[in-house]
Amino acid sequence: MSARKKAKDIFSSPIASATAILIAILWTIPTFGLLVSSFRPQIDINHSGWWMFFTKPNVTLENYASVLFEGSTTNPPLAQFFVNSFAVTIPAVVFPITLALFAAYALAWFEFKGKDTIFFIIFGLQIVPIQLTLIPLLQLFSKGLVLGGVTIIPNLHITGTFLPIWIAHTIFGLPLAVFLLHNFLSQIPRELIEAARVDGAGWFTLFTKIILPLSVPAIASFSIFQFLWVWNDLLVGLTFGGGVKEVAPMTVRIAEMVGTRGSGWELLTAGAFVSMIVPLIVFFSLQRFFVRGLLAGSVKG
Amino acid sequence: MTESYLAFGKTPWDTIGPNLLQLVLGLVAFAAIVYICFLLASRASVKAQDWLKYLIFLVPASLLLLIGLVYPTIRTLIMAFMDSDSQQFVGFDNFAWAFTMPEILTVLRNTAIWVLLVPLFATALGLAIAYMTDRMKRAAVVTSLIFMPMAISFVGAGVIWKFVYDYQPNKFKPDIGLLSAITKALGMTPPNWLLEAPVNTLLLIVVMIWIQTGFAMVVLGAAMKNVPDEVVEAAMLDGAKPWARFIRITLPMIRSTIVVVLTTTMIGTLKVFDIVRTMTGGNFSTSVIANEMYSQSFRAMDYGHGSALAIILFVGCLPIIAYNIRQLRLERTER
Repeated sequence: MSARKKAKDIFSSPIASATAILIAILWTIPTFGLLVSSFRPQIDINHSGWWMFFTKPNVTLENYASVLFEGSTTNPPLAQFFVNSFAVTIPAVVFPITLALFAAYALAWFEFKGKDTIFFIIFGLQIVPIQLTLIPLLQLFSKGLVLGGVTIIPNLHITGTFLPIWIAHTIFGLPLAVFLLHNFLSQIPRELIEAARVDGAGWFTLFTKIILPLSVPAIASFSIFQFLWVWNDLLVGLTFGGGVKEVAPMTVRIAEMVGTRGSGWELLTAGAFVSMIVPLIVFFSLQRFFVRGLLAGSVKG
Repeated sequence: MTESYLAFGKTPWDTIGPNLLQLVLGLVAFAAIVYICFLLASRASVKAQDWLKYLIFLVPASLLLLIGLVYPTIRTLIMAFMDSDSQQFVGFDNFAWAFTMPEILTVLRNTAIWVLLVPLFATALGLAIAYMTDRMKRAAVVTSLIFMPMAISFVGAGVIWKFVYDYQPNKFKPDIGLLSAITKALGMTPPNWLLEAPVNTLLLIVVMIWIQTGFAMVVLGAAMKNVPDEVVEAAMLDGAKPWARFIRITLPMIRSTIVVVLTTTMIGTLKVFDIVRTMTGGNFSTSVIANEMYSQSFRAMDYGHGSALAIILFVGCLPIIAYNIRQLRLERTER
């Protein structure tokens, strides 16, 4: 440790540090400008650059109040979409992680023929881009699945509810989740599993008593990852939300606001920040877990 | 306003209430199904458990992937060779369309520029910052700030940068966009940033670089921490200057991680959609393949064209993935 510390003293070059700090400031300016603007009165935003705030600091919460709570039936307030984002995200994190943990457990510890093949296929499915599945998957939700005149899945009439979005996110999240959790679960010592089996624990008891408690760190890491992914997603929400405002998440709404009232910066700046606040809180409070998940995920094949 | 909530005797709660109910019902139903399955299965005989365990643990995920990923992929492959409403086979017409229509050629060219520039700049910048902060005191503040764009949505990033790129057509009004203000301060006339090609595509690419640099920095920084101190110190004692140390020691030792970062960023960039959709809607010659795929499929309702573009996107990913896998294999055999 002291060697590292000593090395640190010698290595830390003031020029390098200053450059790094400069880049960090440069990186933050765009976000900072938006944040400052969101608290300025409408007239100030539209008539002077945000940097002028420091010569004439007028602060207001009016923008947030109006973007969050003012609206109409055809033009609902952002508060509704804020709730929608939670309604989309929570199940879209819980469902894939539960199912992935089940599958990872089976693939890591059950002994059966074709186990490696199934794992390899799921691993390989990570490379399928979402775009490749959009049209058929959407038709599946709106029409059901009929192959050669045989109805395999009937029309479930779920368009316009959260279900298609939940299911789509679950499907897209599964391959990576199974892969990461499988890697984690297969590291559990064999003796532990065998000892429990000898004690007469069935496969279900084994799961609830040993596998589940041990996987908490891996579940936490992947949950943060999936949470940020789903919360920030636009494509899935846009495609599987059925084009209705009732179930659209915030990203869809903000993207729409940019398109239709591109110059209403007082609402856009505040609205954008409302949509960022949750991921920023998650990010800054759980950054360590997020990084761990990222490192595990990015070193994949 | 005629459509206000008051006129209809409605409040936002008329939507929020049922939506929250859907959320709770969804979670409770899921938990209940899992709970009942476990309850019944754990009471079943040992023999029944032998097949129940597959049914409960393995079948749900496998079935979802089969119906939700494998089947749609095959179906898209077929639809790419059919007409707009998937009624007749048209051979390679959709691909011929993609590679001859001037607009789509622009889309493909733009995508190529994105895939080239974003990984290159993001990785180089990330590498530089990671090296500069490797032995820095209180580096966490610096790295957190640069990493932060990773946490926010592409849509949010789009708004942030659209504000930076704001253009004021009226000469007598003050600029509210930072880029225009800086350009004027330097004595130049700003163009209408997001409307004029090719500068608009480059400006959108800057947004993606802004986001991805943090990712490169974190992953490469983690790899640099694994370079043993002794090696670095030995080089120092030999009188190696920082730059030489970087080229001769750090770079070779984290080479495989650089490849991973480059390829991961490349694949992410190939699929970029939100930034373009939010900032220009794909207009003014800024569209990229993922955005065009969405527009063709769900705006023009031409499933043939949309599917063909999706296939082109997928085929574009394949060599990158293949290279990545080959690299990982090589590395494994080296060890």
